[in-house]
Amino acid sequence: MSEQQSNTQTVTPAADAAISEVLEKKELRSWKAAIALALFSVVSIILFVVFPRHGQTGFRWSGADDLITLPTWHVDAATTGTVVTILLVLLTALVVWVTLQTGRLAPRTRRLITTAAVIVFALAFMVAFLAWAMVGNNVPVTGLLLGTVSLSVPLIFGAMGGVISERVGVVNVAIEGQLLAGAFCSAMVASLTGSPWAGLVAAMVAGVLVSFVLAAFAIKYLVDQVIVGVVLNVLVTGLTSFLYSSVLTKDAETLNTAPRLSPVAIPGLSEIPVIGPVLFNQSALVYVMYVVVALVFLGLFKTRWGLRLRAVGEHPKAADTVGINVARTRFWNVSLAGAIAGLGGAYFTLVSVGSFQKEMVAGAGFIALAAVIFGRWDPIRATLAALLFGFASNLQNVLAAVGSPVPSEFMLMLPYLVTILAVAGLVGQSVGPAASGKPYIKG
Amino acid sequence: MNPENEAEQPATRAERRRQEAEHAHEIEEAVVAALETEPVPSEAVSAPVGGAPVAAAAATATATKTAAPAEATPGEEEPASNRVLREIMNGPVVLSFLAVLIAFIIGGIMIALTNDEVQETAGYFFAQPGDFFGAVWTAVSGAYGSLFQGAVYNFGKDDFATGIRPLTDTLTYATPLIAAGLGVGLAFRVGLFNIGGRGQMLVAAAAAGWVGFSFPMPMWIHLPVAILAGLAAGAIWGGIVGFLKARTGAHEVILTIMLNYIAFYLISFMLRTPGLLQAPGSVNPKSPAILESAVLPLILGPNYKLHLGFIIVAVATAGVWWLLNRSSTGFRFRAVGTNPNAALVAGVNVKNTYVWAMALAGGLVGLAGVMQILGTTPDGMTSGIDAGIGFDAITVALLGRSRPWGIFAAGILFGAFKAGGFAMQASEGVSVDIVGVVQSLIVLFIAAPPLIRAIFFIPAPDGKLTRRPLRRNSKAVSA
Repeated sequence: MSEQQSNTQTVTPAADAAISEVLEKKELRSWKAAIALALFSVVSIILFVVFPRHGQTGFRWSGADDLITLPTWHVDAATTGTVVTILLVLLTALVVWVTLQTGRLAPRTRRLITTAAVIVFALAFMVAFLAWAMVGNNVPVTGLLLGTVSLSVPLIFGAMGGVISERVGVVNVAIEGQLLAGAFCSAMVASLTGSPWAGLVAAMVAGVLVSFVLAAFAIKYLVDQVIVGVVLNVLVTGLTSFLYSSVLTKDAETLNTAPRLSPVAIPGLSEIPVIGPVLFNQSALVYVMYVVVALVFLGLFKTRWGLRLRAVGEHPKAADTVGINVARTRFWNVSLAGAIAGLGGAYFTLVSVGSFQKEMVAGAGFIALAAVIFGRWDPIRATLAALLFGFASNLQNVLAAVGSPVPSEFMLMLPYLVTILAVAGLVGQSVGPAASGKPYIKG
Repeated sequence: MNPENEAEQPATRAERRRQEAEHAHEIEEAVVAALETEPVPSEAVSAPVGGAPVAAAAATATATKTAAPAEATPGEEEPASNRVLREIMNGPVVLSFLAVLIAFIIGGIMIALTNDEVQETAGYFFAQPGDFFGAVWTAVSGAYGSLFQGAVYNFGKDDFATGIRPLTDTLTYATPLIAAGLGVGLAFRVGLFNIGGRGQMLVAAAAAGWVGFSFPMPMWIHLPVAILAGLAAGAIWGGIVGFLKARTGAHEVILTIMLNYIAFYLISFMLRTPGLLQAPGSVNPKSPAILESAVLPLILGPNYKLHLGFIIVAVATAGVWWLLNRSSTGFRFRAVGTNPNAALVAGVNVKNTYVWAMALAGGLVGLAGVMQILGTTPDGMTSGIDAGIGFDAITVALLGRSRPWGIFAAGILFGAFKAGGFAMQASEGVSVDIVGVVQSLIVLFIAAPPLIRAIFFIPAPDGKLTRRPLRRNSKAVSA
């Protein structure tokens, strides 16, 4: 068992990071970004130049009943494809040049140019791809983004829970369980009380309860955190499914018919074209999400709470030395993480569906975990990663509706392929909080 | 293997072994003393040292008083018989048994709480408590009784041959669980978390199935080729993860999750595309049936579902055991898993180890996919052929503590739950989901011996009740 103890500890990325630090200390020139961009350039040459599709594609920027309507852009798919491909090749060349300048340009400048190039590259590729895939149709830009936000909300809540928990030093694989517990309890309480707000509170309590178990086992009993997380997911899935089939279905009318949170338009802001309907005509839970993301970001990096939290996650011994109670800090912050993730679960029942279904979270917790790692344990980056996942799953819905030239399975696969390429090529080494996953034994 | 023992100093360990041999007969006396936990003046101090191992000889009669303080303060040492009992109570068998027991008790409470009869009788509990307890007993014993009869032996049948059928079903269900558990456990031992079971199983099942239904061959060559094709596909799918992790430093958790989805959509596409995996003339996303020559033969005759796969998996377990514990490759695997930095310094090629370990893990999980297509559902595959085994395998590996034979036993236990769970749902109307609750509780409790000790008031190996500060304990239990 002592073997197991040490081997499961090394699941943390920190250890991996240390190895490659040894291996790659002198390799300053990184070709990963260049190679990734080159790969995508090849894809775009094949799709847009070798197999172009002819016809017009419209980009619709506003709905019919919007206050301010923007004209629909009509572009020729083949021309757009060619122009964008040239741009992509140029951007790739730029990144290659920047990589060659390693040592001559300041690292900061290099990073800035590379990041900017990657962002422009991604946007341009997306435009060309949409124009190519939806020839003869209009691309409902607003609808696409609106769907993105809806699909991302639970992911973002889950990711925030993950960020807090991992930053304080407890690996949170149990996001899935927290989401599911939140979904179950919010549906039941909201149905019983008739108030969605009571449902939100219940979701937070449920998330906290799951966190309590995680924290108790990880901090007090020092069980490997990944193990507790995985097992908690199975436990919550089993519990909610069991209670669903033996309690909720017997009296679905009173127990599983939750009142839903309806969208609330913010006056003024919701009239802004594109952004308005996407961001400011949403249910209250989405506004809560904006606040949570902002608070987590500010809290982590600008407050004493965040400083202590990060200290405990990076170097618990040092934190302990200066008088921070490591176990208590971890316990309460993991609980907080559970409350936030629980809110994400409420989104499924109180906003999307209106009732609880067996295993309705369907892997969102794991995607949120991926967003945390993809976003390098940073709340803003993790949010962006979650939005990317949401965008990708929504994109295929839109494409499936018009009948895309590529088999729909490949469209569905795309977000995951992009993630792998991004993780392998652009993000690379993800270095988490140093003490994440390691129990702290005082003394 | 008791973790607490390993953390001990050799002198005290040897000391304990000696006392164990001498005072094994005093267990009953120890029951009282161990539960009281009040240190009693020790007779061990005056016990003869004869026959003690070398290490204990170093701690001679005088030294015992000072060498033992890791256990208790000098002069206050408790009877050795206490320790013997504590050894037994803290042994992995007893703790595991108690973990299973408490998980079943909690499961029973849930079954009782959701039972209609119980709820009804609880309404007039104070008038007739007997009704209530009767209803609880009926609900819980009925559920667990049918779970047992569905998993081990059906007493309702007349002869042994049909009565034992549930046990063979259990082994059939256990077969892919063990194979996939070995894959996840092997990765754990190298410090990698393989959540990619689903993807690895799907590609392996597709490859084995494709060989199985497309190329008519004599059985002695067809079956091995089909199995090998599946293993290779799983190994490649797992190897991709190892390769990307080694070359780019990408995190294996993200990679395996993403590859699960990619495999799912890839196989879904192939299953609905004529000419790839779809059965000719069909519109369903399903492959043709596997040719007779590639189906794993039933080893107990046509009355039982148990197929050759179980033997293959048993051999695989032995193979993994040999690889991990007896081969130099396995030594490198474990070295990297224990401390990659130290392994690197010691000259192990850590990156290559990741690639090979993930490929092997993928191959083993792939074996589970092969078992599913060539053994369980040879009438054709769908994209749901993995049946959640890729995720169940994680719990199996955890329960088996990533040890090959531990995984083997855990797989059989979970197979029994699976076989019995369906029987329980059919006959008692208790949702099969309760099985998931009990399974996860077992793993949770087994992972936390201090909690089990606290529940059953068992003193920790160092003589302290777990309520006291957990300094020594805690080090040992972090797995």
